[in-house]
Amino acid sequence: MIAVEHLTKEYRVHRREPGLRAALRSLVRRSMETVRAVDDVTFEVGAGERVGFLGPNGAGKTTTLKVLSGLLHPTSGKVTVAGEVPKERSTSFLKQITLVMGQKQQLLWDLPPSETFLLNRAIYDIPRAVYDETVDELTKLLGLGPLLGKPTRQLSLGERMKCELAVALLHRPRVLFLDEPTIGLDVSMQATVRSFVRAYNERFSATVLLTSHYMDDVAELCPRVLVIDHGRVIFDGALGELVKRIRPDKRVLLRLSRPVQRRDLEALGTIVEHGEEAVVLQVSHGQLQSSVQRALTQLPLRDLTVEDPPLEEVMRELFARGAKAEERALPATGVARGAEHTDGAA
Amino acid sequence: MAVKAYPALLRTGFAAAVAYRAEFLIWMFSTNMPLIMLALWAAVARNGPVGPYTQRGFVAYYLATLLVRLMSGAWVVWELTMEIRQGTLALRLLRPLHPLVAYSAENLAALPLRGVIALPVVGILLWSARAHLGHDPFLWAIFPVAMLGAWLLTFLVMAIIGTLALFLESATSLFEAWLGISAVLSGYLIPLDLFPHAVQRVALVLPFRFLLSFPVELILGKPARGDALLLLAAQWGYVLLFLAVLSAVWRAGLRRYAAYGG
Repeated sequence: MIAVEHLTKEYRVHRREPGLRAALRSLVRRSMETVRAVDDVTFEVGAGERVGFLGPNGAGKTTTLKVLSGLLHPTSGKVTVAGEVPKERSTSFLKQITLVMGQKQQLLWDLPPSETFLLNRAIYDIPRAVYDETVDELTKLLGLGPLLGKPTRQLSLGERMKCELAVALLHRPRVLFLDEPTIGLDVSMQATVRSFVRAYNERFSATVLLTSHYMDDVAELCPRVLVIDHGRVIFDGALGELVKRIRPDKRVLLRLSRPVQRRDLEALGTIVEHGEEAVVLQVSHGQLQSSVQRALTQLPLRDLTVEDPPLEEVMRELFARGAKAEERALPATGVARGAEHTDGAA
Repeated sequence: MAVKAYPALLRTGFAAAVAYRAEFLIWMFSTNMPLIMLALWAAVARNGPVGPYTQRGFVAYYLATLLVRLMSGAWVVWELTMEIRQGTLALRLLRPLHPLVAYSAENLAALPLRGVIALPVVGILLWSARAHLGHDPFLWAIFPVAMLGAWLLTFLVMAIIGTLALFLESATSLFEAWLGISAVLSGYLIPLDLFPHAVQRVALVLPFRFLLSFPVELILGKPARGDALLLLAAQWGYVLLFLAVLSAVWRAGLRRYAAYGG
């Protein structure tokens, strides 16, 4: 459904130092600089897949989504989406895709969302019966009923986002590009959006490519993740695989009925947190079974849980490795694809 | 697709204009320059006509000017520059409809509401200066075509300058400059036939006249039939020229946008 081969995207940007003198100088001579936002990226996404796009700010996620949706032209490389070349922006292409940007809205501000719905019905030339069925379905899935008649400006951020998603999906696109769709939403609204995206994906076998700063979004929605840093894909695979490679250690959470001495815990693993009632240990994979066994027999336990380390931590470590690799001026091609390379470079 | 969607675009545009009625009214009342100029010239003409204009003649001229200004207004330059700056143009580019077609519908859809507000101006014009209005049905017949031409020119100039925001940070200042020149050379502030001959000769062939003065001249029945037709042809010639310029600027702008991002 999506095929990207050796995609590179460069921008030329003005560079100017702060201050009056620099401002005057830039009147006469503007210094230009080429920034490579996406650097030789190759990947494929099959029909119906849900893929998470992870990376720090400025890594090139949004630029890639914009290239895939036809807004930006690649500097080099080949991109096809739903069998079409996005940069041609043909009507048949635009009718098959949607791009939802969490920070930008297409709903008409002073009119109720239902007006934007009708407008999009006309623009996308959606047959009446299909439109009615889709609106019905979206209304049910997202609980839009009472919102559709209120002016958009009177809706809360979460309500607006739900309507924004609905209006972006009225034409039943086969490919969804979601750029930070849950940004600024509270936890329950994030969950609503997530379950909706999943339901849409399952109902229409739509392909979903999602960027998010909220790791929960990615963990719950995307069986596969692409990690991008400095414009390069540094990991492509299952999220669990990524966690295992970067942080093979497990977290063991202990709830205690009475305080325990530090030395009794040190034998079990590295102490991350040590409270009177709760303890968090980091335990290597090989040591896990024996540590849990010892904890169960030797400690005054109320509860014991084994977890992966928090995703945020995994990502922090991954990007820190990338940065270190760069500091050491290792060739950037060493981290091109797959975690094996990443490990090698770090 | 654009033709099929146009009625829906107009309907939504009208709903938006109604939703913005308060801002709209304020804008209407701030379009008072012709009334100020009228007060000024009426005072000057108290002791005798100025050129071809008596006091009543000025009343007819400036009320007709106000009417044409109200009915040929657009605002696409502000919307376009804002959407380019905020990056929301991207959302328009993702829809299978040319953004300029959508803008044109949004701007056009406000005309009925403007018409409601312009009606009292027509009433006063008929009541106070009927004798100075044209009597030739032929000129009245081509008046709507000239009005449409004036609206299109206004819209196209705004769209061209708005699109320049894809290249320049100062597109709106450029538009302010255009407005300043246009106020003088379109007959908005002073009737073109009161200018010295040399200026008149230049002003009569520039596009500004066709934005405003030409339809006003038709209301006042000034040109002969043959001249009116020639002027109409010239006006629509400018429409085609501006359309070609807009299309070129838009394409170049999008190429740049696609290269650098919004």
